[in-house]
Amino acid sequence: MVGAEVVRRAWAMTWKDVRVELRARERMNAMLFFAALVLFIFNFALGPDLSKLREVAPGLLWLAFLFTGMLGLGRSFQAERENECFEELLLTPGDRESLYFGKLAGNILFMVMAEALILPLFAILYNLEIWRALPGLLLVAFLGTVGFSTIGTLLAAMTAHLRAREVMLPLLLFPLTVPVILGSVKATEALLNGTGLAEASHWLKLLVGFDVVFLVVCPLAFEFVLEE
Amino acid sequence: MDKQLAVEVEGLTKIFGSTLALDAVDLSATRGEVVALLGPNGAGKTTLLKLLSTAMKPTAGGGRILGEDLVKGRDPIRRRIGMISHNHHLYEELTAEENLRFAATMRGIRRDRNQIHKALAEVGLEMQAASKVRTYSTGMKRRLVIGKMLLFDPELLFLDEPHNTLDQAAIALLNGYVASVRARGGSAIVATHNLSRAYDMADRFVLMREGAVTRRADKGHLTVDQLRELYTRFAENDNGEPRE
Repeated sequence: MVGAEVVRRAWAMTWKDVRVELRARERMNAMLFFAALVLFIFNFALGPDLSKLREVAPGLLWLAFLFTGMLGLGRSFQAERENECFEELLLTPGDRESLYFGKLAGNILFMVMAEALILPLFAILYNLEIWRALPGLLLVAFLGTVGFSTIGTLLAAMTAHLRAREVMLPLLLFPLTVPVILGSVKATEALLNGTGLAEASHWLKLLVGFDVVFLVVCPLAFEFVLEE
Repeated sequence: MDKQLAVEVEGLTKIFGSTLALDAVDLSATRGEVVALLGPNGAGKTTLLKLLSTAMKPTAGGGRILGEDLVKGRDPIRRRIGMISHNHHLYEELTAEENLRFAATMRGIRRDRNQIHKALAEVGLEMQAASKVRTYSTGMKRRLVIGKMLLFDPELLFLDEPHNTLDQAAIALLNGYVASVRARGGSAIVATHNLSRAYDMADRFVLMREGAVTRRADKGHLTVDQLRELYTRFAENDNGEPRE
């Protein structure tokens, strides 16, 4: 069965990425230290003014999420670059979507794990009451992460063999994910202001819309990225 | 289409930007035959292997690999070929067993633990099955690649500078594996600039320079010294000798 084969290959790719990361601990360590650093630096820069902090909090939270996610995406094809493993993936028969979805699942997983540390640290450092809005925040974080990672995985594959990949990846990724970033920040702002999910519903719809579009387009484009 | 031909390509051309990497190369290999591509660095051997193994699309030209169209039949071709490269395509943080299992899954073949361990035993790595590849020597990594090929069981093998940095034991293992592929009716295309190793392995020699084939020779009664002479004349030096 074709569907079962896609799932089997995608799972193998995710499992491989997780296993490599558990042993090397390069990506998560970098992401977590960077995330903590970003939050501390913003905290020092903005000072103790609580009203100012609350005003900029949604943007700061997403800056921490996105910069950390970018760091993870930049390293997501590191194992494939070593020993030209990419070349072997090129020679595997069958669909390319399974490779893409396997990589994507790993990228989302690592970003979600980093966010799970960032969110409580953010609440403590910025003295914000997030617990009541937590279910909504988790939903927004997940939708934003999916959108960001979906296109990020494609672009990480595109730039994996470029010498200037650390520069090219953010240059390509941030403009393309502006709607996702905007939707995520605005929905987070509504939730932190206590207005609830209903008020943020149009932003959530925007996020879901872009996630669906990216999830349809990116796997198709991935085939061309690999083959060409 | 000749069913006895494993490789049958004509006019294969590859252009990168403004650089002509491969210039209208014709190549054939019958089933059970080993063909060596000989030439210095930059002769186009690796590019030709990448085109034949479907890792790259040709700019022009085409043909058949194992009876399948080189461009339209890439998927069935990929299921039946194997590649041994100087880049060993192994994940350093995974163990030997994990590497083989991952490679088999990605190739869409099911191999149980016993089959994986049998392959590892055949290349002398069963005791190190649970060790990370990062801890392996270069020779052990090459042996693991051969173990991977034993799992894949390809009908056509591509080898890109396979003897680089190999010790004598690993060379014997590699040559033995290529001989076993041939004995099963499989074929191999070997790209190398190591003439004596090529002479030991191949039935035919294709000499290349600057992306083009400059000479072909059957092993027949050719000695290794005669092959070396041909190489110097037609592959190594651009001394005005006409191309094929």
